[in-house]
Amino acid sequence: MTARVGAPVAAEPGFFKKLWDRWPIKVAVIVIVILWLIPTVGLLVSSFRIKAITEAEGWWTVFSKPFQMSQWTFDHYSSVLDARGFGNAFLNSLAVTIPATVIPITIAAFASYAFSWMEFKGRQILFVIVVGLLVVPLQMALIPLLKLYTSGEFFGIGTPFPHPLNGTYMAVWLAHTGFGLPLAVYLLRNYIGSLPSSIIESARIDGATHFQIFVRLIVPLSVPALASFAIFQFLWVWNDFLVALVFLGGTPDVKVLTQALAELRGQFGQFEHVLPAAAFITMALPLAVFFSLQRYFVRGLTAGSVKG
Amino acid sequence: MSDAQDTGTKVDDRTDNLPEGVGVRAGLGLVRFLAAVAVPVVAFTALWLTFEWLRNADANRIVIVIVAVLVGVVGIFILYWGMDFTVNRLPESWRESIRPWVFVGPALVILAIFLAYPAINTIYLSFLDARSESFNGLENYGFVFTDAGMLRSIRNTLGWIIVVPTISAAIGLGFAVLVDKLRRGEAVAKSIIFLPMAVSFVGASVVWSFIFDFKIFGAQTGLLNGVWTAFGADPVSWLSQEPWNNLMLMVIMVWMQTGFAMVILSAAIKSVPEDIIEAARIDGASEFQVFWQVVIPSIMSTIVVVMTTMVIGVLKVFDIVFVMTNGETGTEVIAERMIRWFFRNGHNGRGAAIAVVLFLAIIPVMYINVRRFRAEEEIR
Repeated sequence: MTARVGAPVAAEPGFFKKLWDRWPIKVAVIVIVILWLIPTVGLLVSSFRIKAITEAEGWWTVFSKPFQMSQWTFDHYSSVLDARGFGNAFLNSLAVTIPATVIPITIAAFASYAFSWMEFKGRQILFVIVVGLLVVPLQMALIPLLKLYTSGEFFGIGTPFPHPLNGTYMAVWLAHTGFGLPLAVYLLRNYIGSLPSSIIESARIDGATHFQIFVRLIVPLSVPALASFAIFQFLWVWNDFLVALVFLGGTPDVKVLTQALAELRGQFGQFEHVLPAAAFITMALPLAVFFSLQRYFVRGLTAGSVKG
Repeated sequence: MSDAQDTGTKVDDRTDNLPEGVGVRAGLGLVRFLAAVAVPVVAFTALWLTFEWLRNADANRIVIVIVAVLVGVVGIFILYWGMDFTVNRLPESWRESIRPWVFVGPALVILAIFLAYPAINTIYLSFLDARSESFNGLENYGFVFTDAGMLRSIRNTLGWIIVVPTISAAIGLGFAVLVDKLRRGEAVAKSIIFLPMAVSFVGASVVWSFIFDFKIFGAQTGLLNGVWTAFGADPVSWLSQEPWNNLMLMVIMVWMQTGFAMVILSAAIKSVPEDIIEAARIDGASEFQVFWQVVIPSIMSTIVVVMTTMVIGVLKVFDIVFVMTNGETGTEVIAERMIRWFFRNGHNGRGAAIAVVLFLAIIPVMYINVRRFRAEEEIR
């Protein structure tokens, strides 16, 4: 606001009047925005200040000496990425998140196509069951899945299920696929089912198989729905701590970012000075997604809000 | 496994040159069938071998990660392509009745193994002992409703359910109304409030641990204590002040969820028909009355959806408590107890019983939520 005062617009008659118009609303909005920003700004400042200073004074003292260069450093970021293993954890997060996003979307898209455009016995009832599974919270699945992963036991009976699967990326992909599918099928069926039937029928008449129709017609037409679910699922998996903790917990090699950050926080005293940098590394990718794909992001999160 | 593939493809090649005939047709059917079986088996074996390599490899992490991503992403496409290939080689009369199952099959199998089976098994395990070896009746449920820590967790979760959705929805609604009246900067202001939605619970907890930070000696580096001591008061260890520490943790959730409430409520406010509002104004209603008697009633069902959605989220809150206080100093919540008992203390029965209680608590909320959500979808 202050920067504009000197600008040419200021010469316009009534500019100050406009500026002060509805000032209580503007003040209230600005106060809330600042309150919401303070925690993140404080963390950002701390992540770039040297250890001696972050330990001796609050981050807000930066406002009295922003140009004292000796207080700034990038060391925390490099030390977190290397010595504290956040570089590896970042890669692990990618290895967990990308397939755990692509797999459920693919499976759900195929299933949604069948639920919308193919004839088979039990179509309606199966769809209702799939969507009904939305109410199952993932806490309900953790114990039996961990048993299945570690011992191959299914209802306490040994099975040929390949094990031990815990401590592998695959364990987390499959778990996230299971937890994400009901919502994905629900959303994608709503979308794919509402595509005009004339398109699909004319493609059938032209001799296209269901597989061709799906790949060449349905997928391109469903990009908006696929994108919003993809973003929702990507953030859900990237930010997930619980599933990673339970299924990757004992294996340091495959530790993801949220685990690494929680562990670092657990040793609070010792690594307090690098904790802000570590937190920003875990937040970097979701924030980038947020800023670059905000429209899909909002749509995805609001559509995904019914996840059980 | 590779043998199966060899025979499958070899025989397949040979058939192209054969003359037509009844016996040949049967042979052709067999060949088709073999090819149909071989392709998925080979694809699956190849994927499995790669996966085994991934598990044991000491290779560079970047290589492992790239291979893992390729296996996951390409693997799922190969799966469907291979199944479609298979079906196309089945006898014609089977094809169209099997094909739908190729499309829905994987979803049903995954859901059965990774969601339906565990849910049923969890209910069963909740009647067994710590190591799931023998029945102990309702003992675990007795524990859930008598143990001091569990009772505190139920009390605290009720507190979370009341405080977080109410405050988030109130601030979100207020902010949506205010920002709607601005001529400029609406999008920027909204995205700043929405931004914490992109952050993980663990990340948000770390962000806020620097607000609540407490030092016994020296300068206070936590913002709250910084402000507190500036007024001359003694520094406070905020996260160990029972029961107020629960409120501190709830603030984190409010910070994260308000953006969600704001975005949805803002869209609802904008969709209230302008002529109803105008009509109320012409009838002499004040802005205040318009808001309470026209806007609020017309967005009531959206408010219910927002609140119930947040209640479900709050019921499952775990990370914040786990990271901030580890469930100590009277900050237990139900979902955190579940992990504590099952994962930390290795008591499957109690963990399962807590999960079942959580599930039972979610069902009615989910029912309201989905009903309202569907009603809204129909209006749109």
